[in-house]
Amino acid sequence: MNFNKQEVAITIADLNLTYDGKMALQDISLQIPKNKVTAFIGPSGCGKSTLLRCLNRMNDLISYCKVQGEIIIDGQDIYNKSVNVADLRRKVGMVFQQPNPFPKSIYENVAYGLRLQGLKNRLFLDEVVEKSLRSAALWDEVKDRLHENALGLSGGQQQRLVIARAIAIEPEILLLDEPASALDPTSTLKIEELIYELKQSYTIIIVTHNMQQAGRVSDYTAFMHMGAMVEFSNTRTIFTNPCEKQTEDYITGRYG
Amino acid sequence: MNKPVTQLQNWFDSGEPWVWLNAAAVSLSLMMVFGLLSLIAYNGLGYFWPADLMEAELIDGEQRTIIIGEIRETETVLAQQIREAGIQLSTQEEWVRRILLKQGNRDVYGQDFRWVLEQNIVSKHYPGDLLAIERREWGKLYGRLVNIKNKGLLIKTEALYLEMQSRLTQTRQLYKEVNELLKQDIGLVNSRLEKLRLKEKRIQLGTNPLASSLLKIEEERQLLNQQFNQYQTEVQALYEKMSFDSILVQIASGQIIEVPMENIIQVIKPNSMSILEKLGYYFHRIGLFISEDPREANTEGGIFPAIFGTVLMVILMSIMVMPLGVITAVYLHEYAHQGVMVRIIRIAVNNLAGVPSIVYGVFGLGFFVYFIGGSIDDLFYPEVSPAPVFGTPGLLWASMTLALLTLPVVIVTTEEGLSRIPLSIREGSLALGATKIETLWHTVLPMVSPAMMTGLILAVARAAGEVAPLMLVGVVKLAPALALDGDYPFLHLDRKFMHLGFHIYDVGFQSPNVEAATPLVYATALLLVLVIIILNLTAIIIRNRMREKYKELESH
Repeated sequence: MNFNKQEVAITIADLNLTYDGKMALQDISLQIPKNKVTAFIGPSGCGKSTLLRCLNRMNDLISYCKVQGEIIIDGQDIYNKSVNVADLRRKVGMVFQQPNPFPKSIYENVAYGLRLQGLKNRLFLDEVVEKSLRSAALWDEVKDRLHENALGLSGGQQQRLVIARAIAIEPEILLLDEPASALDPTSTLKIEELIYELKQSYTIIIVTHNMQQAGRVSDYTAFMHMGAMVEFSNTRTIFTNPCEKQTEDYITGRYG
Repeated sequence: MNKPVTQLQNWFDSGEPWVWLNAAAVSLSLMMVFGLLSLIAYNGLGYFWPADLMEAELIDGEQRTIIIGEIRETETVLAQQIREAGIQLSTQEEWVRRILLKQGNRDVYGQDFRWVLEQNIVSKHYPGDLLAIERREWGKLYGRLVNIKNKGLLIKTEALYLEMQSRLTQTRQLYKEVNELLKQDIGLVNSRLEKLRLKEKRIQLGTNPLASSLLKIEEERQLLNQQFNQYQTEVQALYEKMSFDSILVQIASGQIIEVPMENIIQVIKPNSMSILEKLGYYFHRIGLFISEDPREANTEGGIFPAIFGTVLMVILMSIMVMPLGVITAVYLHEYAHQGVMVRIIRIAVNNLAGVPSIVYGVFGLGFFVYFIGGSIDDLFYPEVSPAPVFGTPGLLWASMTLALLTLPVVIVTTEEGLSRIPLSIREGSLALGATKIETLWHTVLPMVSPAMMTGLILAVARAAGEVAPLMLVGVVKLAPALALDGDYPFLHLDRKFMHLGFHIYDVGFQSPNVEAATPLVYATALLLVLVIIILNLTAIIIRNRMREKYKELESH
C-alpha cells in the first residue's frame, strides 16, 4: 500500500534483523500511516514484537541483535549514529504486555518522564498528570489516591496508568505490545475504547494475538509470518478479502 | 511378585518422617540458641545482684575462725580429691560439699575467693550490720563499721552509718570535680601544649623559621603553662580535701582496717536491704556497668569505652563498605561485559568472603597501617616523627580492614538484588526516554535498596563480632581516651579503641583474678550480643520500611 507523504508516520525500508546470526526479520518494507491504528498480527514467533521493538530501538538492549536497513521517522533514519536514543524514545512511546508501573505513587509514575526532562514546576506537573490520566480514562478512578503506591491498582488500571505515563511526555507514536493480553475482558474493553480515543492524536501501532481485537481497533493490519511481511492492507480488506492464501488461512483459524 | 505393604513403609511413603526430621532440626537449633543466650544471661546478670553476706564460724582441726563473704557457688566433689590436695578430712563419706566464698578484702587475704568445706562450718548467720564496701582499689571489703575519722580524729556520733553515707556523698562529689578537672580542663591544656610543640617543630623544620612566630609560640606556651599550674593547684587542693575522711572497718578476722573515703565508691548493707532496695541497687549497678570506665585491669567497673568503640567502629565500617560495595556491584552487574573476566572476578569476590579474618588483619597491618599510614605520616606529619600518627594501629585502619572483610557480602547481596529487578521495569523506564544511568538512579537502585540493607545487616553482624583482625589493627586492652570527644577535630580516627569482643578475651583469659572475671565475661558477652542485635534491628527496621516503599512487582 502506498500513502501520501504527509500521511506517513514511519517508513520501514528493507529491514533485516538477526539474533545471534539467526534471521528474525527479513526484508521488511512498510509505511505506517499517521493518526491511524495499525495492527501487527501473526502466529507466535513471527517477529511482530521484534519489529515493534525496532521502532523505538528497544532491541538495543540485546547485545547479539543486529539490525540492517532503514526506519525513517520524521525524515530521519533512527538507526543513524547521530540519533539520540533517549530523544527517539520520547518521540516513540511504548506500552508493554505486562503492566509495569514503577513502585512509586500513581502521581510519580505519570510524572516520571517529565521529571527526567528536568521539569519541576509543581503546577505544571499537576496539570499534565491530570490531563494524561484523563486521556487514559483513569482519572476518575484514582484522583483521590494519586499519592498511593501504583502497585495497589488492579491489572487493568495499571495498564491504563502505563499508557497515561507514556502519553504524559506527548510522543508522536505509541507502540502497544499486546497491551490487553494479561487483562480480563472488562479491562480489555476499556483499553480498546482508549485506543479508539487516542488515535485522534497519536499514531498507534499495536501487536496483538487476538484477531477480533485487531478487527475492532485497527484501521490497517499487517500479517507477518516467519519474519516476513506477508500482507499489509486495510483491516477490512485483510479480514474479508485477503490477497494471500496464508493470510486467509490464519484469519479463518485454519492455521496458527 | 507383590511386595507386602507394611505400615512402616506406608509411613515412610507419606513423607511424614521428613517433616519430623525437619521439625527436629529446627527445634534443636532453636534450643541451642536459647540455651546459649540463657546461659550467658544467667551467668552475666547474676553478677549485679547484691548477694547476702554470710558470717560463719569455721572449725579446721583445732582452729576456729570466722569468715565473712558471699556464696558464689556450691559443688559436690569426691572426698578423695580433697584428701589428695593435702587437706585433712574427718568424714568417712565419699562425697563432700564445698562452697566458693567471695571473701573480698584482697589487700588483707591476698585473694578474693576461697573454697570452704561445708562440713567445717559450725554456725552461720546473716547479720544486718555487715557492710559491703566497693572500693576503687583492691576490690570489695566486707566487715563492720567501727568508726569514722576526720583528719585523724574520731568522730563521735550515734548514727554512724548515716554519717558515713553523707560524708561519702561529699567525697564522691569532690572526686567527680577532680576527674572533670583532670580529664577536661587539664586534658585540653595538655593537648593544646602538644599542638603548640608540634607547631613550633614544624616552623623549625621549615626553610626559614621566623623568630617572631617562634616568640609568639613561646608567649602562648607560657600562658598555657600558667593555666596548667593553676589547675594543678586546684586539683591539689581538692585531693587534700578528699583525703580528710576515712572509715574504720572491722573485718572477719577481727582486725581493724582504715579505708580512706576517697577510695570508696559505694557502701551497702546487703543483709538489711529489702527486695525493692536490692532491685534498685541491681539496676543501678547495671547502669554503672554500661556507663563507666573499667578499673582494676578491667575486672571491675564498667565497659562503656568498649561499647562505644564497638559501635563507632561498626558505623565507620558501614560508611566505608556501603558505597564501595554498591558501586562495585552495580558496575559488575550493569556495565561490565559479562565475559570470562567478570566471572573470574565474581568467583574471586565470593572466595574473599571465605578468607579467615586474621588474614585480613595481617593485610590491614601490612598495607593500611605500615604502608598507607606510614606514608601519610611521612607526608603530612613530619614534625611528630619519630612518633607515629597514622602509622600505627588505630580506629581508621580497623574500620577499613573490617570494611574490606565485609565487602564481598555487600557486593553479593547487592548483585542478587539487581538481578531480581524485572526487565520490564527497566524497559518501562527506558521507553520513557530515560538513559541507562537515569534508569539506575531513579528506578533500579531504589528498588535494590532493601537488598543493599540486607547486605549491610550481614556485614554488621559479621563485623561487630570480629575480634582476631582487630587485635592487629587497632584494638587495645585499655584506651586512654575515646575516639570521639570535644577536642578538635572531634573524631580522632588515629586513636586506638576498645572493643567488646576483645574485652571478653582480655578479661576472660588475660586477667589475674579468674573468679572475679568470669561473671564479667558473661556480662560483656551478653552486652556484645545485645549491641549486635540492636544494630541489626535498626538496619532491619530501615530495610522493612524501604521494602514497603519500593515493593517489588510480586503480582507477576
